[in-house]
Amino acid sequence: MIGVVARRRTVDVVSKILMGVATVVGVFFLLWIMWTTLKFGISGMHWDLFTKDTPPPGTDGFGLRNAFVGSLILLGMSLLIGVPIGLMAGTWLAEYGFHSRTANVVRFINDIMLSAPSIEIGLFAYAIMVDPMGHFSALAGSVALAVLMMPIIVRTTDEMLSLVGNDMREAAIALGAPNSTVITKVTWRAARAGILTGILIGLARITGETAPLLFTALNNQYFSTDVFRPMANIPVVIFQFALSPYTNWQQMAWAAAFITVMFVLVLSILARWLLGTVQVQK
Amino acid sequence: MLNVSVSNKSSNPAQSGGENQRSVKLAIRNLNFYYGKFHAIKDINVEIREKTVTAFIGPSGCGKSTLLRVVNRIYDMYPGQRAEGEVIFDGENILAPRSFPKLRAKVGMVFQKPTPFPMSIYENISFGIRLYEKLNRSEMDDRVRHALIGAGLWDEVNQKLNQSSLRLSGGQQQRLCIARALAINPEILLLDEPCSALDPISTAKIEELMYQLRGTCTLIVVTHNMQQAARASEFTAFMLDGKLIEICETTQMFTKPSDRRTEDYITGRFG
Repeated sequence: MIGVVARRRTVDVVSKILMGVATVVGVFFLLWIMWTTLKFGISGMHWDLFTKDTPPPGTDGFGLRNAFVGSLILLGMSLLIGVPIGLMAGTWLAEYGFHSRTANVVRFINDIMLSAPSIEIGLFAYAIMVDPMGHFSALAGSVALAVLMMPIIVRTTDEMLSLVGNDMREAAIALGAPNSTVITKVTWRAARAGILTGILIGLARITGETAPLLFTALNNQYFSTDVFRPMANIPVVIFQFALSPYTNWQQMAWAAAFITVMFVLVLSILARWLLGTVQVQK
Repeated sequence: MLNVSVSNKSSNPAQSGGENQRSVKLAIRNLNFYYGKFHAIKDINVEIREKTVTAFIGPSGCGKSTLLRVVNRIYDMYPGQRAEGEVIFDGENILAPRSFPKLRAKVGMVFQKPTPFPMSIYENISFGIRLYEKLNRSEMDDRVRHALIGAGLWDEVNQKLNQSSLRLSGGQQQRLCIARALAINPEILLLDEPCSALDPISTAKIEELMYQLRGTCTLIVVTHNMQQAARASEFTAFMLDGKLIEICETTQMFTKPSDRRTEDYITGRFG
């Protein structure tokens, strides 16, 4: 009897220590990454980053304006493409597909897409857009990013709408509301915070994506808003500048990385806060 | 306990005499209902009289809620559920394949759990009205106020019409749902155990409301609570295993039911 208690106590203590060590190791690396990004990022901070375009190789000065604007355009277009499609698909799954065979196949494929390597999605966008059009373009980049973002939105929309009680739908239908009204006015509204969270998480996911942009939007040394042409963007700039021999470029890469991390952090905090409001409603 | 409620009831003048002469609002004929293969309602025939309150009682799973769900065809939402037979409402069979125009505007429904929509109190009411009518702002204000007065909620919420309905208490939410249903002026109001999630005070308010509403509307209420049936209804129907055992005036049901199974249920021998 005593043996059992002693053994359980030992197992308890040992596993607590192991878990503690694992937590410390995980958090340590996370903080280290944040600290490094912060340290080098802050030292690379310069007002010119926001007002001037990327300097040509070998010249002094700072500037990321074209990359910031480019990234915002790319993210904006990705949202324009990805959100409606993701929202519609997720809504179909939750409101019409239920657990039918088709719906479950769609969910399975969507889950595969969730973990699809982003470089492959870039290659796909290259094959269907860049190659036929004959040149790199921001539009192709947005398509690649949208494809990466969509599965996240589909998944969260599906799950959040499924959380909305059927009694809510029945109540709306009992009033004589057609299905379209029930979805747009009642269930979307009930799941609003959750769906928005999904979109933010999707946005955070694609913010730092570099691989798919290398094949599509590429980069542009100059300021450009032409979506049918290559466009400067933060991830590819970080990639190129970090590998360059020029000190000012390397500093700019750190600064851009720092700003990206902050952007994603803000998105994540916003998403968490929104998700909190969902739970309060339940 | 029961006897007290019943005698209260019989002192009410509406209960006596002329009640049986009320015209038939809803006639259910040879109704059968299936959830897939499960036969939930077996050959039910019943007539509901206009502007009365009819209570359906019976043990869980006897098909009383299912019966309500047939009357405004809410079961249509679910593939695999089907009804056979006739439900005659104002001379028309609502189960006919051709969809009954505006059936759900004429037959409102209130559910067991309060189901306020995630919007303001005002929008909850205007939601239903907008489905059928185009009103300007002041007409809509009037209708919303009227519906909330009708459901006895106006005094409690008139200062916070733009607040989220989710902040109301359970009893207030349920009265909001009744107001929402009343706002489109239904001829029949179906109430599926409307008080089972509520505290006694809210329950009393809703029972009182049901009592007042029968002047304007035909009410069919499903309840697990026999005192509630005794207090709030004029007719009571007893169902068991998907069949209608008997229906008669509430006073009679609770004093001298004609079927032994009804008596057993009412006196608490099963269910």
